[in-house]
This record gives sequence, C-alpha cells and structure tokens, in this order.
Amino acid sequence: MPSHSFVLNGEQVTVDAPDDMPLLWVLRDLLNVTGPKYGCGVGVCRACTSHLDGAEIQPCVVPVADCAGRAVTTIEGLADGDTLHPVQQAWLDRDVAQCGFCQPGQIMAAAALLTRTPQPTDADIDRIENVCRCGTYSRIREAIKKAAEQTAQRD
Amino acid sequence: MARPLSRRRFMVYSLAASTLTVAAPLGCDSSSAADAEPARAASDVLVTGTDEEMLVLQVTAANRVVVRLPRVEVGQGVTTAVAMMIAEELDARLGDIDIPLADARARGNQYTGGSSSVRSLYGPARELAALARAKLVTAAARRWGLPGWTLRTRDTKVFAPDGRSATFGSLTASAARITRTTVSSRPKPVSRHRVIGTPTTRIDARDIVTGKAKYAGDLAVAGAKPTVVARPPTLGGTLVSVDDRAARAMPGVHAVVKVPGGVAVVADSFHHAFRARDALRITWAPGPLASLSDAAIRSRLRAAVPRLGTPPSGSAQTEGEFEFAFVGHAPMEVLTAVADVRADRAEIWFSSQTPMDAREAVASAVGLSAAKVKVHVLRGGGSFGRRLNHDAAIEAALISKAARRPVKLMWSRADDVRHGRMRPASHHRIRASHARGRVVAFTHATASVSEAYDGKGLSAQGGARALVARAQGPLPSDSGLYNFGRVDGDSGSVELPAIPLGPWRSVDSGTMRTAEEILVDEVARALHKDPVAFRRTTLRSKTLRAVLNKAASAGHWGRALPAGQAQGIAVHEEYGSCVACLAEIDVTDPKAPRVTRVVMAADVGTAVNPRGLEAQLMGTAVDGISTVLTAGLHIDRGAVRESSYADFRYARQRDAPLHFEAHLMPSRREPGGAGELGVPAAAAAVANAYARATGTRPRRFPLDF
Repeated sequence: MPSHSFVLNGEQVTVDAPDDMPLLWVLRDLLNVTGPKYGCGVGVCRACTSHLDGAEIQPCVVPVADCAGRAVTTIEGLADGDTLHPVQQAWLDRDVAQCGFCQPGQIMAAAALLTRTPQPTDADIDRIENVCRCGTYSRIREAIKKAAEQTAQRD
Repeated sequence: MARPLSRRRFMVYSLAASTLTVAAPLGCDSSSAADAEPARAASDVLVTGTDEEMLVLQVTAANRVVVRLPRVEVGQGVTTAVAMMIAEELDARLGDIDIPLADARARGNQYTGGSSSVRSLYGPARELAALARAKLVTAAARRWGLPGWTLRTRDTKVFAPDGRSATFGSLTASAARITRTTVSSRPKPVSRHRVIGTPTTRIDARDIVTGKAKYAGDLAVAGAKPTVVARPPTLGGTLVSVDDRAARAMPGVHAVVKVPGGVAVVADSFHHAFRARDALRITWAPGPLASLSDAAIRSRLRAAVPRLGTPPSGSAQTEGEFEFAFVGHAPMEVLTAVADVRADRAEIWFSSQTPMDAREAVASAVGLSAAKVKVHVLRGGGSFGRRLNHDAAIEAALISKAARRPVKLMWSRADDVRHGRMRPASHHRIRASHARGRVVAFTHATASVSEAYDGKGLSAQGGARALVARAQGPLPSDSGLYNFGRVDGDSGSVELPAIPLGPWRSVDSGTMRTAEEILVDEVARALHKDPVAFRRTTLRSKTLRAVLNKAASAGHWGRALPAGQAQGIAVHEEYGSCVACLAEIDVTDPKAPRVTRVVMAADVGTAVNPRGLEAQLMGTAVDGISTVLTAGLHIDRGAVRESSYADFRYARQRDAPLHFEAHLMPSRREPGGAGELGVPAAAAAVANAYARATGTRPRRFPLDF
C-alpha cells in the first residue's frame, strides 16, 4: 500500500493508504483526528473544512495523495497551544455553537476567509457555503466581524 | 398572565455514599413527581443505592459537582441550563459542574422532546442543589464550631466570617453524614437569582471550538470497525439477491451481512466500506410506493381533507388551501451508532432522545433481555426530532450480532436524505367567516400522510412510540388563539406503507399554525385592517398581545421599505410559552428571495439562559426561512429525489437574515418550553412578508421547489 507523508497540525506524519483515499477518512479512521466531521462526503456541507498549506479544503473530496509533502491543519491545530485563534475566541465570545457538529468546519472556513480577506463585507461572508442545520448563521456573521476587528487592532 | 413562581416542593433524598450525594425524583412531569410520596418530609429520608428515577447530584472530593443528566444534548443547551440551575442553588462555579449524559435507565423519565426538558428539571434540579448546599454549610459549621447562619457560600466554597474557607470537595464526606441541616434547604427566591436569567455561554463551547467535543462517530471503541449499508433506491425496497464476491475480495473488508434495511459492509475505514458497498451487485425489488409520486400524493391528500361545514348564514368567506411538502430532519451529524453485541450482552453508544425505548428495542431485536443491554447516550450533532427514533441503534446491533464483532455504523448523507425520516406532507383547507368586520367562525380541516402499520414497517425498526412523539396537551389550534367566534377543525390522513416519518421540530404546529397565521393575514386584508392591528384586537391572551407589540415596536412594523421588500408578522403559543416574529424580505430578485431581518419576541416564563433561548429562536427563524422558501423533499416513483444538502436546500449563510434580534419578556413564571416554539411564527412571518412583497398568495411550500 502506498505511503504518504505530510505535516499534520505541525507534526510530520506518514500513513499507509490507497492514493485515492479521501483525506477525511485518513484523518478520522487512520490518525484518529476527529475534529473534521463527515456531513455529506461530496464537498457540499463542508463540515470537514480544514486547511491545506493555509488554504481552505474539504478533506472529504481531497485524495490523500494530493497532500504529500504539504501542511494539513485541522481544527485541532488552529489554536496556538492554550491560546485560541482569534476566530475560535470570537466563536466563544459570541457563543456561536449549538450542536457544534458543523462548527469546526465553520471556524476553519472563517479563518481561511480572514486570511484571504482580512476585512470581509457581508457579501464576502455570504459566500461561505458551510451548512449549519441549527441555524447559527447570525452569530457566525457577528463572530467573523468581531475576529476581523480584533485582528485589525492587534496588527 | 403572570402567576407567581410555584411554591411546590419536591422530595429530595440523601443517598448513602462516602461523598455527598443527593437525589430528586423525576416523574413523567414535575407535578407528578411532587405528588409521588406526599407523606414523606423532604430531606430526612436516607435512601440506599441510587434510584433510577432520580436526578442525582454528587460532590466529589476533587471539588467537582456531578449531575448525571437523564436527557440528551443535541444543541438545545440543556446541559448548560441544568448546570446553571445547579450553580445557582449550590453557589458553585459553573466551571466546577459536570453534566454527563446518563446511560439508558430501566424506568423513570428519560425523554428529551416536546420542549419539556427545562420544564421538567427546573424544580428538581434546584431543590437538589439547595439541599446539597444546606448540608455542606451544616458540615462546615460543625467543623468550625460556628452557627450555620453566619456562613456564606460562593465559588464552590463555604466561607466563615473570619475569612476561613473550605471547598465543597473538602466537606463532602462529612456532609454525606449530615441528616439534619441547620440552615434552610429551600431554593432561593427568584429575586436572589444571579445565575438563572443571566446570559451564559454554553458549558461545552470551548470543547466545540477546539474540536474536542465527541460525537458517536468520534469514539474509539475497541475493535468497532467502520460500517455502511447499501440501501434500496426506493423507500421500503427489498433485497432480491446480492453478489458480494467482489466486495468481500476488496482490501480492508471484514464482513458483509444482510440486515432488514439492506446489505451492510464492515471494513477498516469508511473509505474501504463505501468502496466495498459500491462493489456489491444487488438486485432490489421496488418498495410498496413505487407507483407513487408527489402529484398523486398531493391529490390524495387534497381528497382526504374533511369537508368544511356550512358557514354561518350571512357571513363572507376568506378561504385558503395550503400544501406542505415532506421535509427531512437532516441533522448535521448523520445517524451513527456503535454497537458491540455478544452472545450474552450488548453495549450501544449513540445519541438518543428516547434511550429507554431504544434499549428495549435493541434487546428485542437481538434476542436479549433489556437488563443485558447497556445504552450509552452521547451528545448529538443536531436532532430536530430525528433522534426520537432509534433506527441506527437497532441496525448497528443487528450488524454487530451477524458479523460477530463490534461495529461503528454510519448512515451516509444520501441514506439520511433518501431513507431518513420526514415531516409528513400535508394539505390544509382553512376558512374564516366574517360579518360586520368581525370573524364569526374559523375552521381548519387538514390531512397529512401517515405510516400504514403492518407490524413490520418502520415502527418495528426503531420508531418512537406515538405516545411520546407528540407534545402533551391539546393542539394549540383546538382552542384558538383568536376571538374568532366558533372555532373548529377536523383531520384526515393518507396512509402509506413504508413511508419513513418522524416528529419534526414543533410537530403538527409547524404546518397547521403556519397555515393559520397566513390566513389570518388574508382575513386582515379582506377586512382592510393592518395585520398587527388586526391581531392586537383579536388575540385572546394578554401575554401573546404583549409579545406581538414588542416584536412590532422593536422591529419597526410599518416602516417604509423600497419596492420589492416587505415585512410580515405572525404569532404562536404552545408549551406554556408564546412568541411573535417579524420578518423582512427582499424579493427584488424573484428567483432569490432573501430574508434580511428577523425580530422575535418571546415570553417563556423564566428564561434560565437567555443566550441559549435566543439561539433556539434564531434556529427556528432559519427553519421557517428554509421550509417556506426552499427546503423540501420530492417523492418520485416511490423514492426520495434529493440526496444531499445540494438539492435538499436548507438555508446557507446567504439565506440567513443579515440582522437577527430576540426580545425576551421579563417573567417570574416557571419556565415554559422553548426549543420548538418559534417554528410556526417564523415560517408564517416569512410567508406573510413574501405575500406582501409580491402581492401573491403563497399556497404551496416550499415556494421554490
């Protein structure tokens, strides 16, 4: 079976897996990294959203072979030790989550958005496709704006 | 009408243990719990062993307060609300309280549904913590040789006037031996509440934002291998034959077994399991609905609606017929269950609103006595009623038994959408009769799809008992919210075999009350009255009028809006609570209506956690937007057409209001229910806004379907 090496949340990992095995199942079933969630398996619900070299991906539709030699970041690797990422902190401050299942993906999508667009408009935020079946969207919007403000103040 | 907070007491017991452990019984509802043993005085009875019917509070030597909750957390915030009740009466820090979910019990009330959790726990949880506090204070008073009344409690500690302090954990062993407390063990008066009623962040928020929160699929149960099931294309389709040679030969495949729902594959990973599932060569026989599609279901529903009686003579009529499509629950976390079934025992891990029923059902499915089945209840990734049923637990147990190994069963999203349960499609015929500017009669006849029971249908595969599926008490429409003269209604049904239905957040009210609120707007128009003014003069209840007025004033009802935009309003009353919703819609692009602003006002009695309640209302607003505008399921020749969130179009960020606010009416009443309350008001407010913005009369939902 092919072997794949990549950096996962700052640590080098090597897994034996078929080339076409989606990163989501490599993370969840082989590496026991369960923050990225399965919600559809076809890149639609985006509950698994994570980062590849800092950019947003949906691991359920990214083959593990595409990650070789690159850096994968999941929700588990977003904080700096005990210091939460500004998006996570804003999520706490706005108490965004309800059931919480989509929130790792929502947070990773928001963090990627703020990297691309540090001061997002409502239209930018509207382009986030991640589904939240509990309907936390208003708080997600507020939290993104708050995280953007705080990042701007700190810079 | 505000009634004073009940003085009703609950029996609270001390349990024999080396650490302080107290318990309050939980009956089917709080009042029956209070009546259970009226002869016993509170807090002077020693009970040995834990009683399954009780809510048990334990203070550990490590200064943790543990309450094992016989309810499930699916996002509604019940664990936070209970932690707040305990923190309030115990004077403990919220962070020192743990609310694990209790395993399935043999008896008592372990039902999460009908918006009943906070209502059923509010009395017992506070009584429990108040007694524990009294015992801890009494123990400290003895230790220090001080009168109990001089001591104070705060931050999970007891303080003496001289500044000495002791943690609850350091007092728990001696408090466990206290039989008579020297300070009051009564809960605080409402005027002294400092936790209850204060907006509070979820106790699990940090676990969620760091990815630590564990759902069934995240568990690492020894040996439990990823498992998926190949299911028939049609609802209730049956297996004719399967050639599994290719699948079995694939790497990483451990077992292929037949179950009532299809053919299960157990493999090393979900990737391997899906691959092998797709390699099965299966011949399916079509299910019993194979000749049926939406159009036929709709016409059968229309025909099943009972006739409306004769209207009062001399009255004019405003009538409407409304149709609602099937709607899936589609919680973000698909059904998932871990099962380990052995010859003499079984253990199941999953998220369940009805774990006691699930335990019985699993036991009977695998041929064990219920006593041999252990059900661990896990947090759920959403529910909306879906986890009242335990289809996945039974299926996982059967697979584990057949494959002779522990399994981690997951339904795919397509399984969930195509075979998951649905809110039944329904048809409504509503007529308001008016004379001299007043409504003198109001009648609502309806028909909805129901499952035909044949003894081996879905109910036999994990259906919730009909008894618990419905909120207690009369439907709100039975009495009528409005002074509309003679109010009556009737209902029919279209029974279909193998149709997977389930109670969906707000159950019948989600369609019935939504349709009624749309017709109320049309009556107002017929009488040349403003929708808010008309409701204000016709609503029976003062509390309902108050929330209507609040939503209208906070939402600036009647403000000028550009062409293509409009406001809509609606109200609802249920579960001892009431709500009004004002929605603003922008239909400038007729293909993409956008609800831009939602303002809700609710009176739920005491709001234990206003921040959590606001979240629940926000969720129901999104339910209203989704079900009215875009989200529904089609039946095409016996199969559900949709298969993911790509075509089952639940709201995304771009569909959600840019501005949401919720106003909570101050109240000292005991809490009412709130989790489902907002759905009908939100749905109808969106429909009414759409009607006013477009000059149309919306009749069939979702509108874009």
